Formats: sequence, C-alpha cells, structure tokens
Amino acid sequence: MNMPSTTDRPTPVRALGLLSGGLDSTLAARLLMDQGIEVECVNFHTGFCIQSHTGAMRNPKPGAPPPRHDALHAAGNLGIRLHLVDIAEDYVRIVTDPKHGYGKNLNPCLDCKIFMVQKAFEMMQTMGFHFLFTGEVLGQRPMSQRRDTFPVIDRESGAGGWLLRPLTALRMPLTEPEKRGWVDRDRLMGFSGRNRKPQMALAAQMGIQDYPSPAGGCCFLTDENYARKLRDLWEYRGSRAYAMEDILLLKAGRHLRPAPHFKLVIGRDESENHFLSGFVEGRALVRARDLPGPVTLVEGTPSADDLVLACRLAARFGKGRELSEVAMVVDSGGGRKETHLVVPMPTHEIQEEWYV
Amino acid sequence: MSVSEDSGFDPPTPACVVDARRLLCPMPIIKVDAAIRNLEPDQVVEVRATDPGLEHDLPAWCRVNGHRFLGVRRAGREVVGWVARGE
Repeated sequence: MNMPSTTDRPTPVRALGLLSGGLDSTLAARLLMDQGIEVECVNFHTGFCIQSHTGAMRNPKPGAPPPRHDALHAAGNLGIRLHLVDIAEDYVRIVTDPKHGYGKNLNPCLDCKIFMVQKAFEMMQTMGFHFLFTGEVLGQRPMSQRRDTFPVIDRESGAGGWLLRPLTALRMPLTEPEKRGWVDRDRLMGFSGRNRKPQMALAAQMGIQDYPSPAGGCCFLTDENYARKLRDLWEYRGSRAYAMEDILLLKAGRHLRPAPHFKLVIGRDESENHFLSGFVEGRALVRARDLPGPVTLVEGTPSADDLVLACRLAARFGKGRELSEVAMVVDSGGGRKETHLVVPMPTHEIQEEWYV
Repeated sequence: MSVSEDSGFDPPTPACVVDARRLLCPMPIIKVDAAIRNLEPDQVVEVRATDPGLEHDLPAWCRVNGHRFLGVRRAGREVVGWVARGE
C-alpha cells in the first residue's frame, strides 16, 4: 500500500469523495473544499441506481423537470471533477451473496458500502489522493450508518483511518488526515441521526440551494416491488445470477408470470414500448397487428399454447380489448413471425397471482 | 447547446461513434468517457443514445471534466451528441 509516509502537509492536499449528488455528500465535499483541500469525487454505477433517468423509459409527465444525473449536477455546482465508474459486473456478487445480509428488501447496504469504499480506496491510491471521504452521518441509515458498522466499513474496505466522514467527524475517532493536520477537525461537523435540519441549515449557510429531495431513495434494491421481481427471476431461473439486461427489464413494464416457465413484460406507454422492443433477442415480442397497444416481451420457454395465451393477455391491455377478436403478431426473432387471431382475455380470467 | 434538426448546426466529423442506445444513465456518459480517453485533444466523439437525459448530462460531464461540448440534437427517439476532447 503506497500511503503518504510523512506528516508534512502535502501541497495541495487532495481528497477523493464518494458523491451521490445528494445533500450529504455535497456538503461533505464543500466542508473540505472550504479548508483549501483539492477535492475530486467518484460516483459508482451498480445497475441499480435510481436516477430520474429511469423515467427515460416512460413518457414524460407534463411539467416534470428534465431527467438529470444528480452527481454530475452536484459536481458541476461544486466545480469539481467527477469520475463515473461502472462497477456493475463486480457488483453481482454483492447482490447475490452479501456477507452481511440484506436489509428490508434485497438491499445489501453494508456490503455495498464496503465494496464502494474499497473501490474508491484503490482509486485514491492509484490516482495520488491523500485520503478518502464520504457524506455518511452516524445513525442516519439503519444498516450501514451506525456506530457499530462504521468500523466494519473501515476495516473490511481496507481504508482504515484514511476514510473521513466530515459531517459526523466530531462523533468519531480521529482519522489519519486529522492526526496529520491536513484537515482542521474544528471545521468539521458532529451531525447524527435522521433529522435533516442541521444539513439543510448548513446548506443554506453555504448558499447551496439546488439539491435533490432527501426522501428519494437511491437504489432499486430497497424498493419492495423491484425486489419482488428480482426474487421471482432468481426463483424461476433456479439461480441468483443476473445479467444487465435482466435488471434493466425489471425496471420496465407490468410483469406477469402465468406459469413457472414463462413470463410476460407488458409495456405501459409508448416510450416503454420502444424501450422493450430493443430486447427481442432471446425472447418473443408480441403486439397487435392493426391496433395500438403494448409491446409485450415473452421470456422463458413458452410452448405454442403459451404464446397464444400471451397474445390473449397482451390483447387485453391494448385498444382492442373489447373486440371479439384481435390479430396479434408474435416475433420470435430471426425473421420468424406468426399471426394469431385471439379473443382478448377477460379481466376475470387474469389471475391475481400472475402479477409479479 | 441543444439544436433542432433544421437549425443549421453542422455536426462535426467524429473520430469515433459511441452507440449508447437502450442504455440508461449514466452508461452513455461512461461509454463516452471510455471512448474519449483514446483520442487526441480536439478530436470528436459522437454519441447516440435513447436516454433523453443525455441532453443535460453531456454538457454537465464536459464542464466538470474539461472537455468541449459541441451540441446535441434530437433525431426521432434518439439523442445525438458531440464532444471534443479537452487537453
């Protein structure tokens, strides 16, 4: 490990932070910048991050602000460099087999934080930064931001005393950059708990006004509906593996599983239809031949009869739902297309347990 | 700078083209980042995406990383953007 070996203050002192774009990480960066420390940040892409861009799959709501990446926006406001790093491939093992277990849903928050700090610590060393920081606040999150879990993060990530938490530092043991005088501890904070008012007051004091709502979640794995779909995927595949396509598709459409061996993903608006139509490879794509209606993807190993059932279900969600018969086209890829004349499935035949 | 197709904006000739269609934010930006690392200063990357967030993220990314944002254009359901590598 190539760590600074002297207590001499480097010029400039350089710190690398984990920036989500939320208020806490933005404030943490500003506290250090205001001490003259040169700050850059990293934002990791796991594949499960909730950004307003997820709305990119749906038709925009009238008057909704344009989608944006919060961390990029925050870095722009701070005037600092941001490294966007894709860790999705390595992250699979964190989701499928977390050492410290899951939270309320499929959120492996503690393992996730350890993994991200570990990755950032590697970057810190290879890119010549002197220490690492996060916007964590003691007691703010039930799984990863606790007095007993902070030392676990420090130890298992390898970052040890090189990880500073500026917002809650006064409640924590001294870190290396504080011991060496690179950071003035007196200018750090001692925030704790879930109350956001101290952070909001500090933001106002610093002139920071544009930050995302703290109520917004940051990860699909904490979402009950998403977690249920992911569990369903694992259960019927017989393994906890997933590909990036799988986790993207879990974010889109209505999901119905009429039988263990196949599942339907039904688009809910034009944008989602367009999104789904890009995932036909390895799946069947069903849509009405002559009428507006959803794009439906059929995943798994459906029989010919199953595909007819899929057509009937898809017809139910289209403009022809009240017609006695609708022509549905099944595109199985490779130029194989079949048209089925089907009776749209009446609502009472759609079983509640089919909805994933 | 967001430009419509009839604005007279003349797209620069790119040194490389990034296909980021069907990818969601921030993957289009991550792909542009990977591509631009292989270019010389002032060479241009063209990126094609379906995530409309690119319109805002591409200029923001250029600003914080020292690259030159040249413009984006809507092309049907796609967004096309151009960036010149900074020093």
